[in-house]
Amino acid sequence: MRQTCLNSVYELAKKDDRIFFVGSDLGSGTLQEFRKEIPDRFFMEGVNEAHVIGMASGLALEGKIVYVNTIATFITRRCFEQVALDLCMHNVKVRLIGNGGGLVYAPLGPTHLAFEDIAILRALPNMTIVAPADRDEMRRLMPQTVEWPGPMYIRLAKGFTDPIVTTDDIPFEIGKSLPMRKGKDALIVTTGITLKLAQTASEILSGDGIEAAILHIPTIKPLDSAAVLNLASSVNAIVTVEEHSIVGGLGAAVAEILAEAGFDTPKRFKRIGIPDTFPDQYGSQDSLMARYDITAETITSTLREFLTH
Amino acid sequence: MSLIPFSIENQIGASTRLDERSIHLRRRIVRILECSQRGHVGATFSLIEILRVLYDDILRYDPKNPIWGKRDRCILSKGHGCLAQYVMLAEKGFFPEEELWKFCQADGILGGHPEAGKIPGVEASTGALGHGLPIGVGMAIHARYEGSDHRVFVVVGDGECNEGSVWEAAMSAGNRKLSNLCVVVDYNKQQSYDTTFAVQNLEPFEDKWRSFGFAVTAVDGHDINALREVFSKVPLKPDQPTTILCHTVKGKGVDFVENNLSWHHKSRLKEEEIRALYEALEGYPCGKRA
Repeated sequence: MRQTCLNSVYELAKKDDRIFFVGSDLGSGTLQEFRKEIPDRFFMEGVNEAHVIGMASGLALEGKIVYVNTIATFITRRCFEQVALDLCMHNVKVRLIGNGGGLVYAPLGPTHLAFEDIAILRALPNMTIVAPADRDEMRRLMPQTVEWPGPMYIRLAKGFTDPIVTTDDIPFEIGKSLPMRKGKDALIVTTGITLKLAQTASEILSGDGIEAAILHIPTIKPLDSAAVLNLASSVNAIVTVEEHSIVGGLGAAVAEILAEAGFDTPKRFKRIGIPDTFPDQYGSQDSLMARYDITAETITSTLREFLTH
Repeated sequence: MSLIPFSIENQIGASTRLDERSIHLRRRIVRILECSQRGHVGATFSLIEILRVLYDDILRYDPKNPIWGKRDRCILSKGHGCLAQYVMLAEKGFFPEEELWKFCQADGILGGHPEAGKIPGVEASTGALGHGLPIGVGMAIHARYEGSDHRVFVVVGDGECNEGSVWEAAMSAGNRKLSNLCVVVDYNKQQSYDTTFAVQNLEPFEDKWRSFGFAVTAVDGHDINALREVFSKVPLKPDQPTTILCHTVKGKGVDFVENNLSWHHKSRLKEEEIRALYEALEGYPCGKRA
């Protein structure tokens, strides 16, 4: 997914001389062709994220479109005030590409885990947040990032090993959710790589005669509230699934609009995600997801319970 | 190494006389204070001659077209000194003078810190410290990329130079040899709590900038002729960014405000304080009664 994203930046930059790239201190060889062919729009600034964000803002205030890339937690938590003021308050076209959103860097420990990135950025006016499910969705997203107004955070999941779970059949549009599956009994709302878990869970449930709809939300902000409410109105059991803290992320965003919707019948609702804690194990992304019950099994058991009690 | 032992008695700029124009600009600021009853008085008064010379003699701009591409960019990174910038921008015609008297009021465009987009002539929203120089680096890179000869001036405070982001940006500017970038330091040697020497000593300050790749010079920040001469030489070196360290006096021009920490920021200014400010300016050695 990262490769698809960064290659897209290079391809877009070849066609559009407003596009600049700023990295902090990325892995050797990253965007080598960009660096060689368009050196005056390629910057590797070093380990100084506060400056990187300000510099990107300066370029964007001059009309450039700036793609900034480093590890997700360093591009969000580390330089939060710069993101808030230099980018969001000035409302400039800077795209933050965060490597390793969620639990990708599990072996590296909690200092490298971006598990509250969506929550903190969601609180910032003007910010757009996207979390594609796979590299094909990333490919569909990237051309749309050029003209999209204001700052944007692009959350990258794992690398080559992510399975392809989206198709070209459903047109991708920033700000729109994607109904991936119909279902009359329950609703599973996903973002990023958790779409795969929902697909697995919905197949298992279908075997039991439970039809769960899946609404995939690659754009967490602005949230496609109308689509969420539309699907939620026809079911009584809803779960959200995210590789993120249950505080302030997709689940919280959906809970907010459900609570304010004033449905005639009460809904059973659960946020499946990382509990309010610093992850306390290493291992792998998958093992840490399992530790915090972000699994297809949790989705199926939760919905079964909602529908039988 | 230029280690400056600080004492009020031997402070550079302390004995520098202000001319009628400098007194006039201070009077206008007092009038703003009179309307709003608040403002960063000390940090504004130390800055006036710096901004006066920049806007009178150095910067290239067109108030009728504040976003003219070839203009020099001037970022007031120490945004709390904004009153000094506001009076200059109003005088040059960026916005109607009446806005000055609505400082910090709900129906005005001029807030306690400058906002880009709202105020013509303000390049970046500042106030949170340590933001202006990184933004200025981005703008200087843009100017170089476009092959434009406009320059980027970033005015920073001394206390602001406690912020790591200032030095992150300085490292980049030095390494990239951004000769179209000029950092202007308002070195009044007072921050909010105490002197800069007591809170977080910046010395050897000139050497710090030099070691980050800047061509550096120091000047009496209240001496109009000296400021004019130094600013007219920017860039000091053709392949380096410039730092001009302006030795200033916080509160310059009003004896009871000068180096008085309680005048860093004032709110609910009383009538008698306003009157005292006016009287002090009238009685200033080079003021009307000089």
